[in-house]
Amino acid sequence: MSHFTEAGLARWHAREHRREAIFQVVGALVVFTAMLMLAVLLTKILLDGFARLGWDFFAQSSSRFADRAGVKVALVGSFYLMILTALIAVPIGVGAAIYLEEFAKRNWWTRLIEINITNLAGVPSIIYGLLGLQVFVRTLSMDRSLIAGACTLALLILPVIITAAREGLRTVPNSLRYGSLALGATQWQTVRYTVLPVAMPSILTGVILALSRAIGETAPLLVIGAYVYLTRLPEGLTSPFTTLPVQIYDWISRPQAAFHENAAAGIIVLLALLLTLNAAAIYLRNRYQKRLAI
Amino acid sequence: MGMKRARVFLGIVALAGLLLGGCGEKKEGTESAESGAKQALSGKIVVDGSSTVLPISEAMGEEFQNQHPEVTVAVGKSGTGGGFKKFANGEIDITGASRPIREDEDAACKQNGIEYIEIPIAYDALAVVVNPKNTWCDSLTVSELKKIWAPEARGKITNWSQVRPGFPNKPLQLFGAGTDSGTFDYFTAAIVGEEKASRPDYTASEDDNILVQGVASNEGALGYFGVAYYVENKDRLKAVAIDDENPNNGDGAFLPTEENVLNGTYQPLSRPLFLYVNVKALERPEVRAFVLFCIEKAPQLVREVGYIPLPDKVYQLARERVEKRITGSAFGAHGSQVGVRLEDLYKIEEQGAHGTQERK
Repeated sequence: MSHFTEAGLARWHAREHRREAIFQVVGALVVFTAMLMLAVLLTKILLDGFARLGWDFFAQSSSRFADRAGVKVALVGSFYLMILTALIAVPIGVGAAIYLEEFAKRNWWTRLIEINITNLAGVPSIIYGLLGLQVFVRTLSMDRSLIAGACTLALLILPVIITAAREGLRTVPNSLRYGSLALGATQWQTVRYTVLPVAMPSILTGVILALSRAIGETAPLLVIGAYVYLTRLPEGLTSPFTTLPVQIYDWISRPQAAFHENAAAGIIVLLALLLTLNAAAIYLRNRYQKRLAI
Repeated sequence: MGMKRARVFLGIVALAGLLLGGCGEKKEGTESAESGAKQALSGKIVVDGSSTVLPISEAMGEEFQNQHPEVTVAVGKSGTGGGFKKFANGEIDITGASRPIREDEDAACKQNGIEYIEIPIAYDALAVVVNPKNTWCDSLTVSELKKIWAPEARGKITNWSQVRPGFPNKPLQLFGAGTDSGTFDYFTAAIVGEEKASRPDYTASEDDNILVQGVASNEGALGYFGVAYYVENKDRLKAVAIDDENPNNGDGAFLPTEENVLNGTYQPLSRPLFLYVNVKALERPEVRAFVLFCIEKAPQLVREVGYIPLPDKVYQLARERVEKRITGSAFGAHGSQVGVRLEDLYKIEEQGAHGTQERK
């Protein structure tokens, strides 16, 4: 090979440096294009929607007059739905992950379950909507209620939570488990006091990211019957509900431009909500990581 | 550390409980109030169905709730077909439809023992629109539209010069309603002659704003959707006058104006919009009050949300249908019918031995 000579080596170096330079430029361009598109979208949304943002917008609910319509019921609906979804999905999801990682024997059966969970994470959300409509809304006669929506969304994010939690559990070094077991702790105590605390930051991050996926969903909720006109706040698990994305979806399909401005303002609220959630994820992760470092 | 976390978790549970609590008490109140019709109305009225009818149901719900603050009106948006499915399942009280009920939907209702009253609530016009740069096409006949939209046109009619001799050599780009919508059903019935018969090679969307965008940015575009979307985008679209080649409905081509819809010249693309009410739900005082409220307020509210009120006579006949519990469809559950005047349709029924009763 030519680069075994000195001149060859220099040429090889030069070529590799050129390649690196080209890759850097291409990489920067890709990032720039992506950011530019995001910036254009955000600017458009902010310009369209900012004027509508005000106290009124948060204090009013659906109306046929665009300037009297607001996000109150939708925002509260999204909030309740998220809490309920988390209450259902987190214990089941994290529990399943702990069982699969820490307790289950590795055999063809658990592998089958694993493959299915991974596949479920890739199923389009509207399929979960259809499932929810048949199982929760009709068979279990939950009706088009908050709890039916929460159950459906919980199913939707379960695979994501299980996968994230398992990844988190896997990052815990085995030496910790052995140490705990060697001190006479039971497997449950090991999981409870050693493994879970160490895995917590990544589990929490996974949970919050899964919840931010749930909060942005429209299709499955439309299928199970979220309402687009609703002015009453939910009063219980069986109350009818609507959510921010559903409200935005409805406004955007209206003929009047004023409703499109409402939609833009709604999108800003939704974005703010998502950013808050993601910030919370980062904060929680850092907090737990710091504690562990001590 | 563990304790603290457990407390945080408990806190969240308690918070959720507080937020969601109080459902039991309110429910009880509702039931006792329902028994006395003279008392203040309360309860929940569930409306669903066509996205075209949604603004009407929304306006009705809004005004009704202003008068009866204890009643909750919730309106969903499942489309005409989706709405009828839920209606036939007994899941909803009222469904909005942008075409009359079809035989299969009527059969599904019967199978589940659901009887309904059909209430015509407004007129809507479907506008056929082109790009403003289109200087050649001011009007089209129904047979020209049929040539463009019939299933046989697939892949063949792709240029304006094929539509009418004298039209320029420009590519024809088509935009229309998604196949699940009542608008699609009505347009195909009116133009092609058979519900759901359409060429498949066009840009279809359930979101009419996408169609507006498509027509507004392509010189050779032709599209159809509810007239409200044309009215809101007049600066970017041009409406095409429609000639149904039937001198009984006026000679020549007519634009989708309120006047032309009401005097019957904008045919065949004027369509009635309906509410279908579950007869069993009608026994609940709040539903009954709401339905009568809809009929009473229709002339004013329908116009407010961009549709055309029906003649007073039709509303009067609709009210009688509710009061006398005349069930079934005046259209004989045959789906979209074209060029029928509602006055005539409902009048015949009143005089005759309640035309649709035989269907029971």
